[in-house]
Amino acid sequence: MNPTTATITRRDFIRVSALAGGGFVLSLALPAKAWGQALDDTTKAFTPNPFITITPEGVVTILAKNPEIGQGVKTSLPMIVAEELDVDFSTVVVAQAGLRSDVGAQFAGGSRSTPNNYQLLRRAGATARAMLVAAAAQTWQVRPEELKTEHGKVIHPATGRVLTYGQLAAKAATLPLPDENSIKLKSEDEFKVLGSRIGGVDNPLIVTGQPLFGIDQKLPGMVYAAYEKCPVFGGPVVSANTERLKALPGVLDAFVIAGTDNSSGLLPGVAIVATSTWAAFAAKRQLQVVWDESAGDGHSTEAYAAKAVELAQTTGTTLKNDGDVTAAFASAAKVVASAYSYPFLNHAPLEPQGCTAWARNDGIEFWTTSQTPGSGQDLVAKTLNLPKDKLKVNMVRAGGGFGRRLANDYMVEAAAIALRTNGAPVKLTWTREDDMRHDCYHRPGGFHFLKGAVDAQGKLSAWHNHFVTFGYKSADKPSSSAGLSPDELPARFVPNYRLDQSIIPTIIPTGPMRAPGSNGLAFVMQSFIDELAHAAGRDPVEFRLELLGPDRMVPPSEGQRSAAYDATRMKGVVRLAAEKSGWGKTLPKGEGMGIAFHFSHSGYAAMVAEVAVAPDGTLKVRAVTAALDVGPIINLSGAENQIQGSIVDGISVAWLQELTYDRGRTVQANFDTYPLLRSTETPAMAVHFIQSKNPPTGLGEPGYPVVPPALCNAIFAATGKRIRQLPITKNDLRWA
Amino acid sequence: MPAYTLKVNGQTHKVEAAADTPLLWILRDHLDLVGTKYGCGIGQCGACTVHLNGVPMRSCQLLVSTVVGAAITTIEGLDPAGSHPLQQAWCEHDVPQCGYCQSGQIMTAAAFLQNNPSPTDEEIDGAMAGNLCRCGTYARIHAAVKDAAAAMRQGGRK
Repeated sequence: MNPTTATITRRDFIRVSALAGGGFVLSLALPAKAWGQALDDTTKAFTPNPFITITPEGVVTILAKNPEIGQGVKTSLPMIVAEELDVDFSTVVVAQAGLRSDVGAQFAGGSRSTPNNYQLLRRAGATARAMLVAAAAQTWQVRPEELKTEHGKVIHPATGRVLTYGQLAAKAATLPLPDENSIKLKSEDEFKVLGSRIGGVDNPLIVTGQPLFGIDQKLPGMVYAAYEKCPVFGGPVVSANTERLKALPGVLDAFVIAGTDNSSGLLPGVAIVATSTWAAFAAKRQLQVVWDESAGDGHSTEAYAAKAVELAQTTGTTLKNDGDVTAAFASAAKVVASAYSYPFLNHAPLEPQGCTAWARNDGIEFWTTSQTPGSGQDLVAKTLNLPKDKLKVNMVRAGGGFGRRLANDYMVEAAAIALRTNGAPVKLTWTREDDMRHDCYHRPGGFHFLKGAVDAQGKLSAWHNHFVTFGYKSADKPSSSAGLSPDELPARFVPNYRLDQSIIPTIIPTGPMRAPGSNGLAFVMQSFIDELAHAAGRDPVEFRLELLGPDRMVPPSEGQRSAAYDATRMKGVVRLAAEKSGWGKTLPKGEGMGIAFHFSHSGYAAMVAEVAVAPDGTLKVRAVTAALDVGPIINLSGAENQIQGSIVDGISVAWLQELTYDRGRTVQANFDTYPLLRSTETPAMAVHFIQSKNPPTGLGEPGYPVVPPALCNAIFAATGKRIRQLPITKNDLRWA
Repeated sequence: MPAYTLKVNGQTHKVEAAADTPLLWILRDHLDLVGTKYGCGIGQCGACTVHLNGVPMRSCQLLVSTVVGAAITTIEGLDPAGSHPLQQAWCEHDVPQCGYCQSGQIMTAAAFLQNNPSPTDEEIDGAMAGNLCRCGTYARIHAAVKDAAAAMRQGGRK
């Protein structure tokens, strides 16, 4: 067959080419450059597309295309292929892809892995299955319609004949691509793999401590590096005692890297190359650097808070003005004014940043934990002026991401160091202190000066927010992940709505952390909605259901790029969370339940938290009940794990965590001052999914933003104390 | 650099390293036993937990010069076949998300169950409180420890 023959009817989706050895390349929704890609036909395997390889011995290998950072895609995406291919997942070998050009975009972010790849991977599996059926039909001289598949076999029920996929692989590899319209995807009630509970494919390696993560990479002749940067972001090196460092035991080299001004790129610093990680870390402690920290002057947490109060007295820039808030406040039954704030945060994945790089004559090879390996390749190419095709990128399991590894600063640092190790591969490892202080963008803090009203019917009638946020070296534009969409709820749901914005210039780079934007905004909006419900004397669930209004799809406002909001789906999860939590039960003083809902990353989430607060203020989070609608669930085990983790992470953030700044320096450096929730503080958790007929969407993020407000609303119900400033530890919870 | 003879997972190893090198980095860089993880370096997170004469310790806080002669057990040596009841329970409960902390969690749990084969729920959470999991898998860790304890009691395992 020739790539230009008329049998190819789906140019936009699937392309096929025959190769001399009988193998096929099938690429799906991919750029034309994948056309005609050569296959290694020495194994005689059936490789109908980059995602599937079936050897004559019957080994089925499925490619895991995206970075695995703990969100479970190394298991869940191959499950989608296995479902349509009709093989038992337990028999499948999953292979991690490196960065390549023929599998579509490879990144872990925005909870996009499932929605971006669901149809693509189903078609990849179904196409291969159809070709295996066609191979069996030819072998037996029967019509394909007479055949069925299961457990990696094609069966002819009429005669009881069976051929395994392995037995059919060689023949299938010689067949033309089936016509697009003949590819039949399974109906959901035929699913055997999808929706089941499948353990993570790397679990056996994890529990036995086998090399797996970025920090575990080891190459022959490898050297070890550390990199010290200015305590104030981007500050240049004035001088450093690199000559003295070179004389220390185990130190091979020490040198200054001038770097660039890209805060997510190669910042200035001092590199130390040594014979072991510890030798590099120990030498780093002996490092004496004079930095230019002048950019940090005037940048402190206290100064930012004072500036926010000052700006709140101004009008700010009006971003949305629906109805007439002034008139609504004048005629309201109740008006409430409150100021909310939340702090800057660190991503703090448990594996600190790092990267292994090996500069050879033919280019640089990387082993990276990046969430955006393609962007990492771009960054290295641009910063070090190297051709992209000389940069080979292997993707290795990351010990947590949470958005931190969307940046590739550690990768370009490793590359810059690797260019100076005389061809020895180098593993760069950041210390925890490096990771905490040089998180190259922090979750931005924010301030919300709110005024809301309920009318005589106890309905939310007006909402005015003066949002004071941060701009990276700018008073005009919010920095990354520091904006507030004019469509953020309750906009579009309340007739009188006004949003004003003011900006504090900062030198702290900000950026995406798990559910960016939402992770702070949901706390504010859902807490203030709660305040208004209580002001109106209404049940917080009932008040919210009324706010969401009739069953309908609420479109974005004119000129806004926000997503349409499905009020029906949201009310569904609010009702389910309330019902499953036992909402409405009578609790003694000191115990309480709180609810919150939030829509983000295409997912609808509601949670109820139940707390007990002792008279001395000791907080115990007893239970959290979660309800989510993200459409059909791919891997029930992984999905529940993501939500349980979101609950723990959300409590951790709301209760304990805060980054502060002093003259531009990040104060916190390790888990002693930036605590994570521990096992003893973990609540009972119940996770419920509404598996609606909507297309499946991701779960890494949407469960997270609702946790802080559900928790804070529960604290209010228990104690009458409203948490308006995070973390909760800043509040006095004592009652008597 | 001085040389030290260490007994790790029943095997004797000779390493040359500075006296202040934490056992963590000896294991990882010198002996290629990378299951023991670096998380904080200050004994806060527990990702580097190993057994020293059967006692769970933070290997980032143990200097190589102080562990000569001790029986050191790492996650790689917990069970010869890699199928300790805890390792099995971890897979059955699909505990890991990112997985980075889990070898430390398992090592803490293994030492705990040696001393307390029939723990209460509170005792399990208390025993595991020194090990951080950034992904928040504590509920599954708890369930896995509980199941493994039951399996070990029934199987009369070590």
